[in-house]
Order: sequence, then C-alpha cells, then structure tokens
Amino acid sequence: MAVASKYLPGAKKAHEAHHEEHDPRQHLMHDPRPRGEMNQMVMESMMTTSWKFWVVFGILSILVATCFFYAWGYMIKEGLYVAGVMRPAYWGIFLVNTVFWIGISHAGTFISAILRVFKAEFRRPFTRAAELMTTFGLIQAGASIFMHLGRVWLAYWLFPIPNERQIWPNFHSPLMWDLLAITTYVLGSTMYLFLPLIPDLAMARDRSTGWRKTFFKILALGFRGTEGEWLHLRTAMNIFAFAIIPVMFSVHTIVSWDFAMAMRPGWSSTVFGPYFVVGALHSGMGAVAIVLFIMRATMKHMDYFIRAEHFNALGMLMLTVSMAWAYFFFNDYIVQWYGGDKWTDTLLHWHESGPMNWMFFQMLIFNIAVPWLILWNKKWREIPWLLAAVGLLINIGMWYERYIIIPVSLTINRMPFTWQLYFPRIEIFLTIGTFAMFLLFYMIASRLIPLVPVWEVQEGQMAHSLRKVGKTEVPTISEFE
Amino acid sequence: MSVDLNLVGAKGAIAEEAEGKWGMVIDKDICTGCQACVAACAMENNIPFVGEEDAGYGRALHWIRIERFWEGEYPEVKATPFQPMLCQQCGSAPCEPVCPVFAAVHSAAQEINLQVYNRCVGTRYCANNCPYQVRQFNWRDYALEPFHANEVDGQLVYPLHNQFNPDVTVRRRGIMEKCTFCIQRIHQAEDKAKSEGREVEDGEFTTACAQACPANAIKFGRLDNPESLVSQLAHHERGYKHLEELNTLPRITYLKEG
Repeated sequence: MAVASKYLPGAKKAHEAHHEEHDPRQHLMHDPRPRGEMNQMVMESMMTTSWKFWVVFGILSILVATCFFYAWGYMIKEGLYVAGVMRPAYWGIFLVNTVFWIGISHAGTFISAILRVFKAEFRRPFTRAAELMTTFGLIQAGASIFMHLGRVWLAYWLFPIPNERQIWPNFHSPLMWDLLAITTYVLGSTMYLFLPLIPDLAMARDRSTGWRKTFFKILALGFRGTEGEWLHLRTAMNIFAFAIIPVMFSVHTIVSWDFAMAMRPGWSSTVFGPYFVVGALHSGMGAVAIVLFIMRATMKHMDYFIRAEHFNALGMLMLTVSMAWAYFFFNDYIVQWYGGDKWTDTLLHWHESGPMNWMFFQMLIFNIAVPWLILWNKKWREIPWLLAAVGLLINIGMWYERYIIIPVSLTINRMPFTWQLYFPRIEIFLTIGTFAMFLLFYMIASRLIPLVPVWEVQEGQMAHSLRKVGKTEVPTISEFE
Repeated sequence: MSVDLNLVGAKGAIAEEAEGKWGMVIDKDICTGCQACVAACAMENNIPFVGEEDAGYGRALHWIRIERFWEGEYPEVKATPFQPMLCQQCGSAPCEPVCPVFAAVHSAAQEINLQVYNRCVGTRYCANNCPYQVRQFNWRDYALEPFHANEVDGQLVYPLHNQFNPDVTVRRRGIMEKCTFCIQRIHQAEDKAKSEGREVEDGEFTTACAQACPANAIKFGRLDNPESLVSQLAHHERGYKHLEELNTLPRITYLKEG
C-alpha cells in the first residue's frame, strides 16, 4: 500500500512539499547576505520608528508614571494598608511578581548561556533579545520586592554594610540568601549581556552620526575588532557563559527556598528547587516567543533574522519544558497529598475546591494542556502568532501558579480562626506598572542597541556552508571556537 | 544563660533550656471568653484600635486574641471552649531565623522572643513562618488615625494618647509587633530585685492579661522554679502545648477542658 500510494497525485505533491521544506536556504545560517548589507539592515531596524512606536511609547510612559511611580509613591506615603495584604496572607502579589519576573529572567540566561555552551545554532539571532529580558526582568523583580517592604526607606539595612549600629544582616534568613543571589545574578547577567554587545556597538559606532555616535563610542570601549581583542572577548564570554549557568540555577532555587524553608503546609516541599527552576524556564520560554513575535511583527528587516525555524525550535523547547514542569508539578502535588498531613490535605482541597479553584484549573490548562495540544505539530509551531499566543497563555498560567503558591496557600494555616481570603488592591496597579516598565525598557533598548547580535549571525553564516556531494547539496558546519 | 543565641548551634542550647524561664498556663476549662485580657493587653502595651474596616479585613491588632470555634450546623451548634491565643514564646522559634535584619531575636536574659521594633523593615517573613499566627503588622500609623481623634477648634485632639503606657514604645507603620510577656513589667521586677540584691520571685508581678483575667484562667510565673504554680500546672495531666508536633518548644501550656 505504501508503494502504491506514491503514485497518487496528492501524495506526490506532499512529497514535493516535504522536499521543499528541507531546502537549506530556508535557514538563516544558509541564507547569507553580504556583511555590509546585514549591518545596514540592523542599523535601519534600530533607526526606523513609525508614529505607532511613539503612540505605544507614550501610553507605556503614562502607565509607568501613574501605575508604577505614582502608585508606589502613594503607597510609601500612605502605608501598606492601601495594598490588600493582611493576616494571614502577609505576602501578596508583590512576591508573586517578584518570583514571576525572576522566572522571566531565566529564559535569557538559558538561551544565551546554555544554548551557547551546547552550540545550539538556532540561538544565534535572538540571544540578545532573550538576554535583555534577564536584565529588565530582574529590575522589575527587584522593584517588586522593595514594594513589598513595610519600611522600604530602610531597605539598605538588608545589605551587609558596616554601620555604627554594629548589626550585620542575618545570614540564616532565606531572604538574605535571596538578596545576595539576585544581586549576583543582576551583576553577572548584565555583564554577560554587555560582553557580546561590544562588537555590535562598535559596528553601530562606525555607522552612525551625532549623539548616537558618542553614545556608541562610549559603550563600545574602543573595540576595533583586532585579533587580540576578539581573543580576549571570546575568553571572557566563555568564562561568563559557563559561570552564569550555576548562578541561574541557584537563583531560582534560592527563591524557592524562601517558601520551602518555611514551616507552612504547602510550602515546606523539598522538590521546590527544581520545580521553581523549571517553572521559571517555562514562563521564560513563553516570554521569548512573545518578544520574538513582537520584534518580527514591528521591526524592520526582522523577518530575515527571525524565521519559522526559530519559532519551531523555540516551540520544541517550550513543549519539553512544559512536560518537565508537569512532571515536577505532579511530583510536588502527589507526594504532598500522599503524606496525608492534616493541614496539607486541607490546603490541597482548598486549591481544588476553594473559591480560587478556577485559577488552579486554568493553570493546569494553560501550562500543560495548551502546549501539549498545540506544540506537537511542526506546522503549528512555525506560526509566529500562534506560538506567541501559547507563550502568553503559559505566562498567565505560570503567574497563576505563583499566585496559588503565595496568597492562596497562605490563606490556609494551622490556625483556622485566622483564615481569610486575600484581595489585591493597589497591587493591581503596581503589577500593570511593572509590566509597562518592562515593555518600555524593551522599547527604548530596541532603538538604542542592536537587538540582533549581527556578529554572531555572521559568524554562524561563515561556519555553515553547503557542499556538493554528487547532485545534492549537504549542509555542513565548521567550528570556529 | 551565657550562650549567644544568634550563633550557629544556638538551637541546641535553646532546646536544652526547653522549660524556659518565664511561662504561662491557660486553663481553657475556666476561660469565659470575656475578652478582658484583650482589653488589658491593649491598654498595657499601647496597642491601637484599627477601626471597623481594617479589623474586618484581618488587620485587627491584638497581641492576645480569643479564638472561638463551634461544631455542627446552626441550630445544632456545640460550642467548644474559648482558646486565648498569644505568642507562645517558643524556645525554638520559627520566626527568629527568617528575619533578615535580626528584628526577631531571642532574649538571652529572659529566654523569650522579642521584636526589636526600630530594627524591623517589614518583610513579614516572621509572620508567615509563625505557626500560631500571632504576629501583628502595623499596616498604617493607627495611633495617628483621625478616627481616634476629636476635632477641637479645628485641631485634632487624640484623647487616647493620654493613656499611653510610658514604658512601651508606640509603634509606627510598616513594622511587626507581638506579645512580649509584658517585658516592661519583667524589667521593672528585675530592676527592683537587683537593687535589693535578690532574684525575681514567682508571683512578684504578673502580665496584664493574667492580671485582668476575672476567672483566673491565665497564670504567669517562673517555669524554672519547680515550686511555682505555673511550673506545677505545666506538668498537670490536662496540660498540652499547642502544635506540639512542630517542636517549637512553646512556653505556654494549655489545660484542656476536662
């Protein structure tokens, strides 16, 4: 039957289509353009702004001014009562946002460091777009954690600064570990963002005029592209790529310890470390899909750099991470359920049948059902808007997951007399504010620095070539590093 | 006790002193739920009223609260005894290690948990980690809220400020607070005993809640003195520690209804 079907007309077409799909020139790495032209494309994508950009920019600026700065200032002036936190949900959306943004920030490191170390070639055009998310996400995480403090003006007491009070911070406290881990991560990932940026900044410096030239001149640190400079840059990038990976894993593990170290039903779970790391990657990959979709849809020439193959690869990563997340979720859930502790049991029932159970089931649908039903199909993975939509749902699901772990779980404690539902108040505005600020930073960055690492793409294109073997052309990769 | 409780390994030292120095016994059998202890505690420790709205939203400030439970559906309701709940002054307190700025500390001299108000930055981690949910947060400057005040000639006058206890701090917003076993009274008694060159005796003073309790259901005294009332009642057959399975080593013993 299989042989016979070869002669059917439909099957023949499908066969041809299949053949076409494997045309190596569909891949960015096998579709090289002259270096000057490519540089020009990136410069144009940076310099071209339409009125739509400024409209969105204006709206986001207003949102940041009102929902972030005004709302936070109001909360500092008035006191934390304007937020919805109370007994027993002493931690609310501020901590949800902190964990969420740290989660988003993990995608950048994963893509730019882990995929670089493992030499995954599809990473090349979007390492920077992902790495920018790390830095900007961590800024929002830091802001959210400071919003949460009762006396934020004394936040410097958390830092180990020598002082006249002779009080050192308490290094037993998971919050202290958290602070140190996040600070390390911010510094490390910002440096790691900057290092691969230097050659592109030098490229931009040579192709710009006016204040931009001064700006790029300062940032490029006088990079000229000599052999010695490249050698040093490569060494530094290599060190950072390897060093940032354990930092990335430790950061979210330590964030999970804020909960896992506490004596609370539903929190004191030993699997929280890897569960949170995988959760972070889950939301992070989704966020990368959204960012790539927006970049490709709104910025000039981006359809050359970001192609169906990248969405396909990202979709496969999202599916894998979704499966890993499902594994850890049920590992956490079922072990706790089997434990049979009275309060944990009450809590798990509260998750499934309490007033917030819609959130619990939506979380499962968005994080597991949606990716599993859509991302198995290559055709669907290659549709950018669909992947962005899946990414958005995953991010909503992962935000829900943190919401369930923090305020919903805090409702149930060992003192039934104090049980009470948490309702966010000013947190809603501050959440909008952090999201607007993240997008605003991203928009500003997209016009100030090349979002596509041109040198990495060019390097990849030089390494990839098509060799003729008989009548077919075979894609080959040579190694530079 | 000469062990520095803020050092690694101090937990073992605390566990050895599981009995503690100051302790309390609460007899649930004779508690009438009259809330006199709640009022007395608020007067003694400058605990402000938070107003109707905040109290309804789980922000009432009470260092001691009377918990009431019932079994069954209305009208077939069987009320269970009242349960006064306050800081258990744990020997191995979950609130202490999680504070990043050492605001929740263990007092080496009195062997109780203390909250250093002016060191607290308001992370509220201690309150999350307290299994008894007895830590209270100042969501606003309650003592300065206009609903406490009368307006006299266009000026706000706070009559309740006249009854503040001068020995106790008035807490500002953004910080955590909790029962201190009336540390100001402990200090007073200690100072008096020291000037007379002796140890503080059991029954020399008592906490505000124990003093106010009309049924005498709350008893306070020295746990390290085997002759004292509290240390004898702590070993009574009706006695139990709340959430004992968590091994927080509470200094408060409840006598169950009998």
